[in-house]
Amino acid sequence: MKEEIIISGRMNHLVDPQLNIWHWQIPLYLFVGGLAAGILFFTALSVVSKKENEYTASVKYAPFAVPFLLIIGLSALFIDLNHKLYFWRLYTEIRIQSPMSWGAWVLMLVTPISFIWCALNIKTIFPKWNWKYKILFDTEKFFLKYKMALAWIMLISSVILGIYTGILFSAFNARPLWNTSILGPLFLASGMSGGAAVIIFLAKSHAERRYFTKIDLWVIGIELFLITHMFMGFLASSQVQIDAAALFLGGEYTAPFWIFVVLLGMVIPAFLDILELRGYRVPALIPMILVLTGSIAFRFIIAYAGQASRYLY
Amino acid sequence: MRYAMAIDTKKCVGCSDCVVACQTENNVPIGYCRDWIVESTDGTYPQLELELRSERCNHCKNSPCVRCCPTGASHYEQGGIVMVDHEECIGCGACIASCPYDARYPHPDGYVDKCTFCQHRLLSGLKPACVSVCPTKCLYFGDLDDPNSDVSKILKKRKWKRLIPEAGTDPQLYFLI
Repeated sequence: MKEEIIISGRMNHLVDPQLNIWHWQIPLYLFVGGLAAGILFFTALSVVSKKENEYTASVKYAPFAVPFLLIIGLSALFIDLNHKLYFWRLYTEIRIQSPMSWGAWVLMLVTPISFIWCALNIKTIFPKWNWKYKILFDTEKFFLKYKMALAWIMLISSVILGIYTGILFSAFNARPLWNTSILGPLFLASGMSGGAAVIIFLAKSHAERRYFTKIDLWVIGIELFLITHMFMGFLASSQVQIDAAALFLGGEYTAPFWIFVVLLGMVIPAFLDILELRGYRVPALIPMILVLTGSIAFRFIIAYAGQASRYLY
Repeated sequence: MRYAMAIDTKKCVGCSDCVVACQTENNVPIGYCRDWIVESTDGTYPQLELELRSERCNHCKNSPCVRCCPTGASHYEQGGIVMVDHEECIGCGACIASCPYDARYPHPDGYVDKCTFCQHRLLSGLKPACVSVCPTKCLYFGDLDDPNSDVSKILKKRKWKRLIPEAGTDPQLYFLI
């Protein structure tokens, strides 16, 4: 039998024996970033499709979670940096080929927009809210005038943010598991499923709940389709990608991936969505918890399994 | 100008002198290394072949680490040397994850560190520390654009291979076989 034994004298901390440079911070950041993108996308979608008064949970309640999510994500990203005092260097350049640069700049756009959107809807939560100063009233008036334009910017920037959460990984060809362009749309779909689940939980009207349940079902279908294609792509590719796929097809990540991500995070919520659409009353908290658990597990598993996959030479 | 290094796998004895010279020359923190020795044994018993390689950053022409760096800290310098500007590096780890050779590491001071081909020595007309100490003279360094450089001459004479060419990074370490 032909054998190859490689013994390396290198033992750099966090690099050997297996890459371990990204810990909980990056998958958490990608999870909350994706969820924020999903919520903002549906907020914008309801506004541009002129359903603002019909779908109040998506337009007026769910977006209040976004600034908190983004603050958590950006804090996690900051904690992850090893050279923290230099973090501002992210904003001294725009580097088109660097996904992390894209992410930093998209967050620079999305974060203030999410704050502005919450400010425009603050009276939904606090009916007696008073801006007190004229400049704040004028600013509110200005943004209300251009609300539709803001919604379109939100729609596009949320898609970029959602896709970016996957592209951050897929741009690394050194890690065969990450090196698939399907991760971008897959993480976008996962974030959207989370966003839809949060809106379904917050929805008071039956029409809104039904509308977003249908959307969630479609998005979960797309996720399962993309996952199937991701594995088909891996198995038809080079040996390193076949080995990467093996991590989920009998390897050490098989059980967590298929149980937490696919079964609990997609298949069961899809089944509950079908029950809901058929008229059964399913407590919205259950699919939301399942979808969000699956979504966060997905980021963690891909982050760790990706670092375990590599070229051998 | 295009700097490159050739490593003679037939002459290397795996003594790690290059590793120690680099650590001393560049004040590499204890427990880390910018270059290292790999022993690769392959074949079918009893027909086994042992290959010894002194490895380091490949100073690739199409470096994924330069491409993915969000601040521009990882950059090319004269002769194609891939360098990290410590004052611009935020320590995000993207370049470490992007390197198929795992040639970078997080320095305890926060920035990312790696082989520089001893650029400070090159500027003084010296060779990289690892090349100058190698007791078997198995490391060849020089400018590929100069046909009379040590590396150009040896690459013309000998068969060579590069590591993971399929990663598409166009590495500039040549292993003589």
